[in-house]
Amino acid sequence: MIYFDNVSKHYSDGRASGLEEITFQVDPKEFVSIVGHSGAGKTTLLKMIIAEDKPSSGSVFYESLDIHRIPRSKLPSYRRKIGTVFQDFKLLPHKTAYENVAFAMEANGRTDAEIAENVPQALALVDLEEKAFNFPHELSGGEKQRVAIARAIVNQPDIIIADEPTGNLDPIATYEVVQILRKINDLGTTVIMTTHNKGVIDEIERRVITMDEGRIIRDDVSGKYVL
Amino acid sequence: MITGLRRIVRAGFVGFWRNAYVSLASVFVMTVALFVIGMTMFVDELLTTSLNTIQSKVDINVYFVPDASTEEIDRIRNSVAALPDVAAVTYTSREDALEEYRNRNENNEIALQALEELNENPLGATIAIQAKETSQYEAVAQFLEEQKIQEEVGSPVIDVINFNRNKDSIDTLTSIINAVERSSFVVLLVLLIAATLITFNTIRLAIYTSREEIAIMRLVGASNMFIRGPFMLQGIMYGFLAGLLTLALFYPILVWIGPETAAFFEINLLDYYLENFREIFGVIVGIGVVLGLLSSTLAIARYLRT
Repeated sequence: MIYFDNVSKHYSDGRASGLEEITFQVDPKEFVSIVGHSGAGKTTLLKMIIAEDKPSSGSVFYESLDIHRIPRSKLPSYRRKIGTVFQDFKLLPHKTAYENVAFAMEANGRTDAEIAENVPQALALVDLEEKAFNFPHELSGGEKQRVAIARAIVNQPDIIIADEPTGNLDPIATYEVVQILRKINDLGTTVIMTTHNKGVIDEIERRVITMDEGRIIRDDVSGKYVL
Repeated sequence: MITGLRRIVRAGFVGFWRNAYVSLASVFVMTVALFVIGMTMFVDELLTTSLNTIQSKVDINVYFVPDASTEEIDRIRNSVAALPDVAAVTYTSREDALEEYRNRNENNEIALQALEELNENPLGATIAIQAKETSQYEAVAQFLEEQKIQEEVGSPVIDVINFNRNKDSIDTLTSIINAVERSSFVVLLVLLIAATLITFNTIRLAIYTSREEIAIMRLVGASNMFIRGPFMLQGIMYGFLAGLLTLALFYPILVWIGPETAAFFEINLLDYYLENFREIFGVIVGIGVVLGLLSSTLAIARYLRT
């Protein structure tokens, strides 16, 4: 479903870590964890998938589509197939939890009826119905991340991309977020997640890709965190 | 399509309200800018009106000899009036001239007595000629001089043409008018550019505070128009509100200075404001809306690249 073909990325100014000849494939309904030290290139890899960044050489495919040949006007509709979750949540600060989730559907051109039906469902899935009308600054870190996950899944994307989703969370919130991601994966959505957290990896017991200095050094079907 | 538009409009209003502080700051800065533009308009109106008033006071007077025949006077009057440069010709008959003289010297016994001593009206008829532009007096005067030269030596009709006496003041006035018109245009241009830049920068700052929001909107797959729309609407709202605020500010100020301008420049700016309210509303609010829309569109463009 996602296919990296010999992808390299070099930054001339060194502001982010690059990639060296990355080739791998992610199949539908997989749960892939990408681990590695800071600067190993995990985030750069995810940015390639959501077309936030271009490779210096090589190609990234979404099914048969070369992601970096998508014309700019078509990018928004491509991005709607992917749900994204970040370490810093990236919620719209002036919108309530409900509006944050609804916004992703509005941007997608869904009808009001669909929004009224799906947003509460998404919030229920992350167990946040009672906080629907709170603003982000009124929520805890774990709650914010759950809103972000609800937003990511509300359009029923094919893939969820999660960049260090538990990086800012305490152990209990981390556990909850991982359980939610697993539940989403069980419901049939592909999940690609980067993490630093050994406990998270060991608990998930799914495929683990280990990166170092822009290269893939291990790719285990049911991995442990080894570094 | 309709749903999208409705959402953009709602997002614009909600964004305006929830960023009330930034919105207020933008509206105030734009109000200052529009106020400056409006003030320049009023000053320009004052200058134009007072210059017109002065111009209308400048004329060429032709004094006819007392025994000039009415036909001759009418002939000259009509031929002058037919000149393309001439705006108006005012005729004062001998009798009117006498009446005017009497009125002017009501309290001057000696002058009235001197008039009584004479058995006949010593005053000739006059015409006062106004040109459309002060620079055209020269040509009109020349035409009159030619008329005078053509007259028969024995029976002159034109006594005096007073253009040469006024010539210097007319020339001075012409150059002052040109200078004032040119410099007020330059001042207006500079103020307009300054107002535009200040407004543009303020709105850019307002949008800068939203740059993360814009990045997030792109991440969830919002199209460029869907992101841009609410900001453009907010720009329009800033301009519209600033325009209304400016118009409201002008009222008390003009109530205050209106009588002063009426006394000094012979135009009451308050009356001018009220009589031309529709045009002034259109210009001030129009400039505000266009400025707001343009500024927000330009400011957001840089966050929508990639």
